[in-house]
Amino acid sequence: MDGAVHPGPGTEIAGHHVQEMLCEGGMAVIYRLVPAAGAEPCLLKMPRLGFGSHPACYAGFDVEQMILGRIAGPQWPRLIATGEGEFGPYLILEEVTGTSLAEFAQRSPLPVDEVVRLGAALASAVHDLHRQEVVHHDIKPSHVIVRIGGQATLIDFGLAFHSQLPDLVDEESDRPLGTPAYISPEQLCGVRGDPRSDVFAIGAVLYLLATGRLPFGEPASLAGLRRRLYVDPLPPRCIRPDLPEWLQEIILHCLEIQAEARYATAAQVRHDLEHPAQVALTERGRRLTRCGPLAVAKRWLALLMAPPRALRPQAAQLALAPHVVVAVDTTYPSAALFQALRDALRRIIAGEAHWRVSCVCVLETSALTEQEDGAEIMRSLHIQRLVELHHWAQPLGLPQEHLRFHVLEGGDTADRLIEYARASHADHIIMGARGRLGLRRFLGSVSSRVAAGASCTVTVVRA
Amino acid sequence: MKIAVLADIHGNLEALQACMAHAEREGATLHVFLGDLVGYGADPVACLDLMADHAGRGAVVVKGNHDEAALGGLCEVMNPVAREAIYWTRAQLDPAARSFLASLPLTAELDDLFFVHASADAPDEWEYITSSAQAGRCMDASGAAVSFGGHVHHQSLFFSAGSSVRAFQPVAGVPIPLVGRRRWLAIVGSVGQPRDGNNAAAYALFDDEERLLTFFRVPYDHSSAARKIIAAGLPERLARRLQRGE
Repeated sequence: MDGAVHPGPGTEIAGHHVQEMLCEGGMAVIYRLVPAAGAEPCLLKMPRLGFGSHPACYAGFDVEQMILGRIAGPQWPRLIATGEGEFGPYLILEEVTGTSLAEFAQRSPLPVDEVVRLGAALASAVHDLHRQEVVHHDIKPSHVIVRIGGQATLIDFGLAFHSQLPDLVDEESDRPLGTPAYISPEQLCGVRGDPRSDVFAIGAVLYLLATGRLPFGEPASLAGLRRRLYVDPLPPRCIRPDLPEWLQEIILHCLEIQAEARYATAAQVRHDLEHPAQVALTERGRRLTRCGPLAVAKRWLALLMAPPRALRPQAAQLALAPHVVVAVDTTYPSAALFQALRDALRRIIAGEAHWRVSCVCVLETSALTEQEDGAEIMRSLHIQRLVELHHWAQPLGLPQEHLRFHVLEGGDTADRLIEYARASHADHIIMGARGRLGLRRFLGSVSSRVAAGASCTVTVVRA
Repeated sequence: MKIAVLADIHGNLEALQACMAHAEREGATLHVFLGDLVGYGADPVACLDLMADHAGRGAVVVKGNHDEAALGGLCEVMNPVAREAIYWTRAQLDPAARSFLASLPLTAELDDLFFVHASADAPDEWEYITSSAQAGRCMDASGAAVSFGGHVHHQSLFFSAGSSVRAFQPVAGVPIPLVGRRRWLAIVGSVGQPRDGNNAAAYALFDDEERLLTFFRVPYDHSSAARKIIAAGLPERLARRLQRGE
């Protein structure tokens, strides 16, 4: 450790005992601590301090301490303690158990369903982070641990940015801050705090998992890094022709050069990965060559005229891209209620640029599952509901690429809606109230249960 | 221990009481009054009574330029409105209030915390800290891990980063962990006369165990404070600016 003294096995720090050194990275040294009886396993992290160590080591350590102390959730390691002992400052963190995404990446190209599963878990964790005002800025396979249940956990917050806290990251560094293979074009230009930079990195990870190659290689020079500001990556289907067009569409949508052209949120990436049939295919998904030299020259010029810059705080950025779920009960058709739902939806998405609307209904299955021809009836009902949802949305005249349609099958209506909204990181649910008092009394109120149980805003509409 | 840091009260009793009540709800056990206790507002004596009472129970109080002017110090460099308020305030102060003001130091220290009205770099020159360079000089002069100042009437946070000093615009109500071996300078804003377009009173709360600093904005009855200013015959402009926070 650059001549610095470091704690050997058995050393006591904040009531814990060092077991062994686990790894020594460029910025920090990590030790495993002897697990206390009944307590979760934990790690000790110390910045590399010593003669000649880079000041960024220290800044990164401070950033991690500041940000991990302010965010909550299983999608990142829990900060157990911080302090300063005879060996210098330290953090004690939960040891996340699972498999590093880097191990999955070593086996890439992976089967499509595995790419989807891992990508959806990663996008979900990243969106949860963005919702807490934080951009990670260094998403890459070795910073993602997939827990046994399949949930992705993000580690190493040394470059992270919290939109409501001072940015302690070392800006004096002459190198761009990030990992060359995954860094976004705007990060290369010094823009910090745009959540779509993480969406770009998710795209690079998906590209690697799907093709076994990195979209921009691992450039060592600044000039090599800057190529991604105007040259787009080779379409993944050139490397792996059996890759579905929808997956290429998703990957290249994440890797768009301009942040405005990417997915507005990581939640949208996850939603598309989990509902491939609904992905709006464009030329992006079908192309088999890079853009021509003219397009590259145009981008080069555009960059010269207007380099990327930070536009707005992150909460405002996410607020521009709400995911609105409209629950339409087509089994009780009411022209007035349908119109009221459409009006409510129009008001909620008015003025937002990157909204996504999922039109859903729930198909209760309980009565049919025991019948002999139950499956056949279900299929036909499913299609009927889907057609009805499209029919409901048609008068809105909204662009297709923003719209999704889902018939949710099985179980209790309120539970299914709440679960769907949670899994798709919905920001808002719009639904109708059962108009007739008798019905409500007989069947109970679905809307009141959704309003009570959902983790997002719920608007209940009456005609 | 949670420390409430209140600056630039300026004789505004409504704002002071609202901030004190807010700080109490937040669990503050120590108060620091960062100078400019009087001047502008219509309740200098009532405010001083309240603060002197807290000072008797351990509160830290430092002196500001308006306090010095109210004691007879130089106020010719002030703008005419501020000067008129100082003349009015001088007439209100009784001997007890004057001796309390006269007893105040320019700076105070508490463990690794430093308190000053304007800048630790020549505290009696009343420099306005509006740039990173000025903040750096203040932090160097104080030598403390965390310095607190007022005087400029809006909230900001400066911190050392390598060889430079950077500024951060705090978000009200969001606790900031003051991590690492760096220096911090919190400009806590004004209780009695906010000037950033937001008419809510401003102060900061520091938890010295958790090392968490939170800037707050507290809405208060600014209409009553403004009415009292007019009733006292003070310049009308002082009442108007409370309504708009300018």
